[in-house]
Amino acid sequence: MKKTGAQILCECLVKEGVEVIFGYPGGAVLPLYDTLPQYPQLRHVLVRHEQCAAHAADGYARATGRTGVCLATSGPGATNLVTGIANAYLDSSPVVAITGQVATPFIGKDAFQEIDITGITLPITKHNYLVLAAKDMARVVREAFHIAGTGRPGPVLIDIPRDVFQQEAEFVYPDRVDLPGYRPKFFGHPAQIKKAAELINAAKRPLIIAGRGVIISKAFAELRELAEKAQIPVVTTLLGIGCFPETHVLSFGWLGMHGMAYANKAVNNADVIVAMGMRFDDRATGMVSAFAPAAQIIHIDIDPAEIGKNVRVDVPIVGDVKNVLQALNEQVIPNEHVEWFNQLEQWREEHPALTIRETDALIPQYVIRQIYEVTRGDAIVVTGVGQNQMWAAQFFFYDKPNSLISSGGLGTMGFELPGAIGAKIGRPEETVWCIAGDGGFQMTIQELATIVQERLDIKIAIINNGYLGMVRQWQQLFYGRRYVHTRLWGPDFVKVADAYGIAALRVTDKKLVTSAIEKAMDYQGPFLIDFVVEPEECVFPIVPPGAALTQFIEMPQEDKVSPPGQQQRGGK
Amino acid sequence: MITTKHTLVALVEDKPGVLNRIASLFRRRNFNIESIAVGHSEQPGLSRMTIVVDGDDAKIEQVRKQLDKVIEVIKIVDITEESSVARELALIKVRATPSTRGEIIQIVDIFRANIVDVAVDSLIVEVTGDEDKVDSLIELLRGFGIKELARTGRIALTRGGVGPLLVEEPKEAKLFRQPSRPSPEEAESPPDW
Repeated sequence: MKKTGAQILCECLVKEGVEVIFGYPGGAVLPLYDTLPQYPQLRHVLVRHEQCAAHAADGYARATGRTGVCLATSGPGATNLVTGIANAYLDSSPVVAITGQVATPFIGKDAFQEIDITGITLPITKHNYLVLAAKDMARVVREAFHIAGTGRPGPVLIDIPRDVFQQEAEFVYPDRVDLPGYRPKFFGHPAQIKKAAELINAAKRPLIIAGRGVIISKAFAELRELAEKAQIPVVTTLLGIGCFPETHVLSFGWLGMHGMAYANKAVNNADVIVAMGMRFDDRATGMVSAFAPAAQIIHIDIDPAEIGKNVRVDVPIVGDVKNVLQALNEQVIPNEHVEWFNQLEQWREEHPALTIRETDALIPQYVIRQIYEVTRGDAIVVTGVGQNQMWAAQFFFYDKPNSLISSGGLGTMGFELPGAIGAKIGRPEETVWCIAGDGGFQMTIQELATIVQERLDIKIAIINNGYLGMVRQWQQLFYGRRYVHTRLWGPDFVKVADAYGIAALRVTDKKLVTSAIEKAMDYQGPFLIDFVVEPEECVFPIVPPGAALTQFIEMPQEDKVSPPGQQQRGGK
Repeated sequence: MITTKHTLVALVEDKPGVLNRIASLFRRRNFNIESIAVGHSEQPGLSRMTIVVDGDDAKIEQVRKQLDKVIEVIKIVDITEESSVARELALIKVRATPSTRGEIIQIVDIFRANIVDVAVDSLIVEVTGDEDKVDSLIELLRGFGIKELARTGRIALTRGGVGPLLVEEPKEAKLFRQPSRPSPEEAESPPDW
């Protein structure tokens, strides 16, 4: 049966199981928008800026594990998607971005709202397409979803000229994809797995570093089995948080620039490191030449190009983490590492990273911890980038995968609100907390309108310190306290929320934090709390840029108090 | 760090934008192309690229792996260590006067190169061979005055056998085809946490 390009696209989206499209209409995509009402099963969420369409699709993908879809028109619509696409690319998030393009006769003529978006997105997509005929549409869409969602996931862009939406073609949904140059390797090489098992079995101070790949491949049970069977302590990367319960006795937090001191010390002293689904990002490794000097490194990743890219690897295993761990667990013998474990516990006592200093002042760490207490950890936390992000990662314990959604690789301020929209739409039954800084929040503040229009019950906490906090912290520590252009005036966020029709509160007193959070939780509908916190609070520990992981700076000694975090830690 | 010139050969799908993808990758990853040559291969719909890259082993490994991730790249191998035949072609327009013409012809003969055009004041010399041979001829002709020079990149084939770029059907991918998307039932039920 003949269908238009736009109909074929919609048919394919339905076949791919798409339930929601985050989009913004415009001239070049009008034929598609005109077709959308024929497909009521495709929910369309109108964002207020295309960047947020991409972020929301990304947040949706991270919260659900399914591919998110965003849609924008040609020219500025397409360029506005770019930051969101790059964000998804760096964090391996499956997103299909659809852009309109000027009609084919106008391509290359610098027509109104024409931009070479496939050229622009070349380095930030896993693959991209320009569809020049409606007869190619079904194949391209099928391939795009296949590429985005398999192997190491990532964004794929499909650019569609206006006349191709209107062109008619025979609709045949391809039952298989034929991509001879794309064959991700899912199973690890048996000889390499054997080598890895031998290393692990002989290790005295083994350590697992688990990244987001564990979450993507849903290898939670396998990771837990490995850790418990061989009694190997687990640290995660920032994006790996939640892949292993943080309250588990074998969990030793996360590594890197703002990671726990004991996690970084563990990395430095381990003799065998089993790194899985992670890519040795510089924020995780610190100075590469000083990274894990005593360790032999086993690196499991589905992307062969990540192995040996940043650090030397002794046993490379290319494959899907879940499959590799299943094979590996069979060969790993039950073991104990009492001495190593005691050493780690001792470091944890010496460097209680999760301290909240005792003060009557309203400090951000306390706010995050209270959100944890009130929600009992049963929430999806979507963060911005900077101090708020690090505190949210440090002072909330994540026991479930994908309960922390955060922009890691690109570090995109403004991700929090649209990311939370995507997460809430993907998992409406969950409580979603958006933790924002006053800087990042002002970057995508317009999405408050989307929240109201879509009736999304999202709770928003603004950690309002009147500064671009993380940059200010660097200026304080590394640039002689010269706070150049980091003092930030913000509007009255309560009034802003009110103008959008969102209930809101301002909290300036520590004693009122808990009741405010409780009020937000009890309230049916979106709720914003503006926490006016201590302006010059720093994130500790911090590994200075370029320094080794062991050269962390801790919170000044006199500020330390007993870590309430320790009480939260349950048994096995 | 020891850097050597490596010859990578790649079989790529003959689709628009492939060369751009590869060139863009080199720029983005800060790899340095010495030369690149593209043309049809023995298989219809597939082009063969010969890329010469300078770098240490770790860098070349990265180049190879990153290029392999380009969807249109079907196979890529480093044939530097293999026994192979590599050739370049150069066209050299050299200044020639009645008094120097004879000498130039002699040099060209020694190199088994050809003179493909003769003008009043110049000759065009065509030479094929490995890089060293082409370099030496150019060096010798420089003294006469080179007016124009065009050079291809290296192309190479391994000696004997079927060649490293033979594409066999993958057994693994056929046996375990990972579903690209959740089935409709799966998509509707909440994810398994």
